[in-house]
Amino acid sequence: MVITFSGVLTGILLVPVLGAVVILLLPKEQKDAARIIAAVTTGVVLLLALGVFFGYDVNAANAAAEQGEVYFAFEDHVKWIESVGISWHLGVDGIAAPMVLLTALAGFTGVLISWGIEDRTREFMAFFLLLVAGVFGVFVAVDLFVLFFFYELAIFPMYFLIVIWGWAKTREYAAMKLTLYILVGSVVALVGLLVLYFKAGAATGTGDYSFDFRALHAAAQAGVFDQPFADWTGVSTARLWFPAIFIGFGVLAGVWPFHNWSPDGHVAAPTAVSMIHAGVLMKLGAFAALRVGVQLLPDGARAHLPWIIFLTLINVVYGALIAMRQRDFKYVIGFSSVSHMGLVSMGFATMNVTGMTGAGLQMFSHGVMTALFFACVGMVYDRAHTRDIPSLGGFVQKLPLVAVAFIVGGFVSMGMPGLSGFVAEFPIFVGLWHGPVTEPIATWPTDSFNYYGAIAIVAALGIIITAAYVLRVVGQVFFGEFDEERFPAVSRITVYDKIALGILIFWLVLLGVYPKVMAPMIESGVKPIVSMLGG
Amino acid sequence: MDINWFDADYLPWLILFFPLLSFLIIVLFTSRSRTLSHIVALSGIVIAWVLSLIEFVKVVWASDVELGREVFGSTIDWLTLGTATFRMGVLVDPLTAYMLLMVPLTCLLIFIYSLGYMRDDPHNTRFFAFISLFAGAMLTLVLADNLLMLFVGWEVMGLCSYLLIGFWFHKKSAMQAGVKAFMTTRVADVLMLVGIGYLFIEAGTLNFRDILYNEEMLHHLSDPELSPAVLFGGSVAAVVGILLVIGTIGKSSQFPLHVWLPDAMEGPTPVSAMIHAATMVSAGVYMLVRMFPLLSAGADFHHGDFSAPMVMMGLVGGFTALFAAVLAVGQNDIKRILAYSTVSQLGYMVAALGIGAWVAAAFHLINHAFFKALLFMASGVVIHAMEHGEHHAHEHGHPHEEVPEPDGLVMDYVAPPNDVRRMGGLLDRIPVTAITMAIGGLSLAGFPLITAGFWSKDEIIAEAWHGTGEGFPLALFVLVMLVLAALLTAFYTARMWFLTFWGAPRSAAARYAGLGSLRNWWANTRWGKARRLETEPVRREDEVAARQMEFPLIVLAFFAVFAGFIGVHTDFPLLGALDNPLHEFLSGTLLEHPPVFDLDGLPVLLSIVIALGGLGLGWWVYGRRPLAEGAVDPTERALGAGVWRALQNRFYIDLLYRRYLVQPAEWFATHIVIQAIDKETIDGVLETIAETFIWLGEAFKRFNTVVIDGVGDGIPRAIGDFAAWFRQVQTGRIQQYLLFVTLGLLAIGTLFLLQVR
Repeated sequence: MVITFSGVLTGILLVPVLGAVVILLLPKEQKDAARIIAAVTTGVVLLLALGVFFGYDVNAANAAAEQGEVYFAFEDHVKWIESVGISWHLGVDGIAAPMVLLTALAGFTGVLISWGIEDRTREFMAFFLLLVAGVFGVFVAVDLFVLFFFYELAIFPMYFLIVIWGWAKTREYAAMKLTLYILVGSVVALVGLLVLYFKAGAATGTGDYSFDFRALHAAAQAGVFDQPFADWTGVSTARLWFPAIFIGFGVLAGVWPFHNWSPDGHVAAPTAVSMIHAGVLMKLGAFAALRVGVQLLPDGARAHLPWIIFLTLINVVYGALIAMRQRDFKYVIGFSSVSHMGLVSMGFATMNVTGMTGAGLQMFSHGVMTALFFACVGMVYDRAHTRDIPSLGGFVQKLPLVAVAFIVGGFVSMGMPGLSGFVAEFPIFVGLWHGPVTEPIATWPTDSFNYYGAIAIVAALGIIITAAYVLRVVGQVFFGEFDEERFPAVSRITVYDKIALGILIFWLVLLGVYPKVMAPMIESGVKPIVSMLGG
Repeated sequence: MDINWFDADYLPWLILFFPLLSFLIIVLFTSRSRTLSHIVALSGIVIAWVLSLIEFVKVVWASDVELGREVFGSTIDWLTLGTATFRMGVLVDPLTAYMLLMVPLTCLLIFIYSLGYMRDDPHNTRFFAFISLFAGAMLTLVLADNLLMLFVGWEVMGLCSYLLIGFWFHKKSAMQAGVKAFMTTRVADVLMLVGIGYLFIEAGTLNFRDILYNEEMLHHLSDPELSPAVLFGGSVAAVVGILLVIGTIGKSSQFPLHVWLPDAMEGPTPVSAMIHAATMVSAGVYMLVRMFPLLSAGADFHHGDFSAPMVMMGLVGGFTALFAAVLAVGQNDIKRILAYSTVSQLGYMVAALGIGAWVAAAFHLINHAFFKALLFMASGVVIHAMEHGEHHAHEHGHPHEEVPEPDGLVMDYVAPPNDVRRMGGLLDRIPVTAITMAIGGLSLAGFPLITAGFWSKDEIIAEAWHGTGEGFPLALFVLVMLVLAALLTAFYTARMWFLTFWGAPRSAAARYAGLGSLRNWWANTRWGKARRLETEPVRREDEVAARQMEFPLIVLAFFAVFAGFIGVHTDFPLLGALDNPLHEFLSGTLLEHPPVFDLDGLPVLLSIVIALGGLGLGWWVYGRRPLAEGAVDPTERALGAGVWRALQNRFYIDLLYRRYLVQPAEWFATHIVIQAIDKETIDGVLETIAETFIWLGEAFKRFNTVVIDGVGDGIPRAIGDFAAWFRQVQTGRIQQYLLFVTLGLLAIGTLFLLQVR
């Protein structure tokens, strides 16, 4: 039974799936056809995503937030399996809309950059489109069963993409590691989600169980999750289950010490997959942790985020330190993602509008930036056939645009004003100084001294180290003398590569110079969460 | 919105817009054409300069009425997040106007100079794109009406300095110098950003007028009771102030973060002029001058109560001024002498702010920019002339002195064309440069009464003298350091000039040095004929390039002399009649007018004596009897080889940082983070878990085979075994069967009997 149906989001989900099916029906030899279909598919999706992004009504969202309502734009709501309360319910809020755009950007540029793949092109493109569809599903799901379904669905093509087209040396290990980590994390989170489902359903008194976010949110607002979890414990459901849900999803966001799947996975994956992987997939974790964890269990967030922020601080500094000492070009970027995703989680853990909006901006900024990074690394590796930093050098002479793109990405990552990184990181730091909107529940050590201020200062260290490793890579890979004998035939990059790099750089600069294009939207999505947290 | 761009409120946007636009145009469109790029870059900066002049005139005109309380500017909301609104805006008050007099003009002259200097460089257009961005960033910083936008300009300049110092990126040393500059300033910048964030949280705004021109706000921020600073104790103003001062220590290259500036010489010389005069390092001091009301908030410094940031500035600035001056004495690279002199002069300004000499600091900032730009560009001409001479010497059959270029940065390596020991007698070869450089040098040394450097330096020393007279220990410290530094400044300036231009050439390169240009004219004068100078054929484009390089020197020489007269004390005989317009003009920027102290003859006399003394000493050592080829530098002889080597190695501070900061950090990352934590602990725990599970699996497998399979397989096997055994019964012999039957019957019969009974 159709309740509301705008069709845009369902379209975004189904177009890639359709594209994948068509590609699989093609004869094996028609590689170009497969490429073109993939490009057209992701291109259409990109247009739809731009429609969603620019069509999102910030004022309506803010008005709804004032009223304390949950607001979703472009809702598709169709009843599905009524007996257990599952519905096909899609919609985007202010946090999800930029993520949809990000996924579409990474998908489209990923196809362009994979143009040169000759090995089983058809299957590659099909799997890639499925991966993109899976990722979209998480961002647009309002029904949490749908969210979970796509969360798992995104992992399965990822496994094959890495195992078949990945770097021969580590692909099996990395794919296995990645799949196991994420599966274990998601199972933990699933158990938490089921707890919420049963608690909320039981509390209705009518046996009206539902996975719908609105229903669960209503239960959260009614204080259902603040009741003791069971007879034998006085701890509330929210406080008991928040860590399981937040960290269970947080595994995919690379929360320390559950981050190690990600650098190995990034490195083993083929270029386009790394772009989706680090650019978008890691955001799934942060997004789901926010949506299911913080938004449904605010009381748990207030109790646990003050110590979880410490883990994110480790992420920031630790990832940067490791990146500084890597010899493998791609591992540097892999660990930089660990460091930057730490800033995302840290922004969420500030529990105020400024910091959380900064985190949302950082999700987008890091997604585009890291996609750009991996694209550059892939282009250099395809030509040099090595990623050993000390043996590269002088590539700016052969691949000037790649060097420019990498340097732009590098300055984004170290928070250079005028680029998106600064727009994202500065609010996170201001948010840290500000501290949570209400007193956090855990009293130690937050009341003994300016805990959040101290975190801000230590996290600033991570930015300095970021500058060090970026400049080191730029200096050793792109600058210096070029070794003609060692790299005799370095071909120029293709026009597809140029378009892809251009699109990604455009968004980094646009957001840096004119943050209003995205910040108010994210803010409108963050406000209801903060008001749940007591602000 | 109705915007009249020629309204003084909107004009500032255009000033910073055009150089940035030039950058974009060159990068995106004209990077293939040199001529077009030159035109674009030059028009950008010319427009900025003209608009700045218009703006300046408007401010001067307005401040007659309002004494600067009326400011021009406009603001837009840039980013709104919840309750936090970040704004971007421009503001022109007297201080900004004063900066606008210097920055675009100096940049313009540097651009013109670069046309000649960078003529043969293959990446010429890239260079002009970067310096346009550099100029645009500096103008953004100067025009910003809030700390956030100031920080934007600040950081973009850091980026430009990285790109320009490492401009010749194929050279390893240049690249390393670029990274060093960026990283050193970056450390300070991040701390500064933390300070800005903190200030924003406490004040709710970053706007200069709202914070600095607002007594209530300053009082609130500086009172430890009202707003106690977390973390360190003291007031918010003190904590933020210290973090801002740290930002300047990085940007303006003060001890202990001074290490990057001397290596920044690896960039092309116009870049050095840009960094040392018009932009980068001036930005640091400008920020302190701008934020001075916050830095001194709550402190009654006229009566000896200095705030923590002021004490920090006084100590750091005073120490740096002397320390860098000492190092400048012991350098042989002409650009490095000037680099240390910059560090030292910036120390003057910072120290001046430390003792509250606000106007004097701003005054010296501008004067220094003029004469230091002049000196750097002149040194660039010297280097070009020496390279030219090297080339000619080669043609004339002199053997090429091959000095192997080091791989990467080496502390005491001096590139041959930069080496003052190999110069000498260049006065005859490049006379215009020699004379303008002499003027710049005299201004730097503070030659009495006629140079700009004298007036601003004298004002700083006079204020320190005044403070000392009041019995403030900080003022005494600053006074002693600055006076000693001033003496050394005059000495090393004289040393540099005499070694470069005086006496006879000390190498073949110096003998054939030259640029063409006015030299032929010079050779034909009576003076030149008397010295039997020969003319040489000059190509047309060399002639043009030389003019392009000499013209800015002449303009700057004018300012190096005359920029000082606007700040002469009103009581000064004769020149006092100019009425010290600067003090009145700049004072409008502050909430409270800085006092003018009575003119005291002693410090003026002291300034005159130290300047003349240092210059005289320099003349005595290097001018009276010029250094001969192959002779040991008299200063080196006087100081001894050990001290000299320490000076050349910059007191080994760079080495110290490398060994005790950089290497341990790398070691920590490699051994602790990667090895111990990531590989061994985290992956180790996982491996242990994996191994446990494998072991568990193995155990279950065994259990499965032994116990479960034992039972599962055992039962059928037992049945089978029994059956096999039992099968033996079937032997096929009748007798045996009968026996079994009989035995069976017997058994049954016995049972039956037992049953019956």
